Amino acid sequence: MAIGSSRESHGHAPGRMGQGSVTSGVEVPENTILTTIDSVVSWCRKFSLWPMPFATACCGIELMAVGASRFDIARFGAEVMRFSPRQCDLMIVAGRVAMKMLPVLQRIWLQMPEPKWCISMGACASTGGVFDTYAVVQGIDRFIPVDVYIPGCPPRPEQILRSILDLQAKVQRGGTLSGLGLPELIERERMLEEKRNQPPGFALARERGDEDRFGYRLPGGPGTLGVDESR
Amino acid sequence: MSTATNQATDPHAATLATLARVFGDGVFGMSHFRDNLRLFLPPSRLIEVLTVLRDECRFALLAELGATDYLGYPGWTRARFEVHYVLLNLDTAERLVIKTGVDDPKPELPSAVPLWLGADWMEREVFDMYGITFTGHPDLRRILMPDEFTAFPLRKDYPLRGRGERHNFPRLTREES
Ligand code: SF4
Repeated sequence: MAIGSSRESHGHAPGRMGQGSVTSGVEVPENTILTTIDSVVSWCRKFSLWPMPFATACCGIELMAVGASRFDIARFGAEVMRFSPRQCDLMIVAGRVAMKMLPVLQRIWLQMPEPKWCISMGACASTGGVFDTYAVVQGIDRFIPVDVYIPGCPPRPEQILRSILDLQAKVQRGGTLSGLGLPELIERERMLEEKRNQPPGFALARERGDEDRFGYRLPGGPGTLGVDESR
Repeated sequence: MSTATNQATDPHAATLATLARVFGDGVFGMSHFRDNLRLFLPPSRLIEVLTVLRDECRFALLAELGATDYLGYPGWTRARFEVHYVLLNLDTAERLVIKTGVDDPKPELPSAVPLWLGADWMEREVFDMYGITFTGHPDLRRILMPDEFTAFPLRKDYPLRGRGERHNFPRLTREES
């Protein structure tokens, strides 16, 4: 990172840019920054996120708006939407994921090279939304790791930009060259893992299991909720 | 819009006359809802009647084919499933609904694909959702649900949230992927 000249050639006190300083006996020349490779690499990564738009429903339209000129995701360096997962490092799941689509989603996720991140956009991708039926996966975080969730139906484009900013902060904090990710994410994975082994009724919010709560009864009796469902 | 010139009479008169000429009485029941005419047929006469409707009454288009599960329907006495065929005559714009019932243990109907090629995917959908098999269908596979799916989700005895199929997948963790 050594750019520019040494202090001697300028012959005046260190300026506001690149402050020359003496660290443990080693003299750092002016216009020189000391940093770690990790943070430089993270800095490069966070401003060149290449999203893979996994847009399966109405949220995808909002995602297109973010890419277009009015909101312009390019201001944050994430405008290079690639439709090949091999070229992407950020998956934006925009829309509900049907149980027939989930193996495809997982396959695409596995095809993306490390390091990679995932944004779950909208109520449907995060929780299944209003589509609590046999065919819709109730939250993609049951099956792939998710870094940022965006609430809303659909989320405003500003929310998506905000999520990109949050993700950038996360990448800066958590990135390492070996790409292990944030410690709190690993913590969360462990928490989910534990929930899988709990008895029925504990792994899910109670009211989600109670189908009679709105005064109607579903035909065919209550669905099977509990341990089987929560994994 | 005035339809006085040619609609003063029953629009289905010609069709019913043809059916009465070919089959006589007692083959089908009849009911009206608004301006729909519905004919109820036993499955054994289905293909016969549909053939006559296509060839002699010129119903060139099978506009719709679907089914209903009447399990637990209040006051229901007929067969559990009812399959309906909506026919359209492209010359006179006459629409006709044909209904036929099939019952539970092994619901089975003759396929309408030999009559209207368009029945192909619609019959696959009915099979996919209700498990009604259409004998003589060239390629009766699931059309919407994945092939591994074993239940028939639009049957009334199938729970709305399924039997856990939607979450029967491996979980990818960050370490693995
Ligand atoms: S969250 Fe709303 S806008 Fe987004 S996919 Fe679901 S229904 Fe559509």
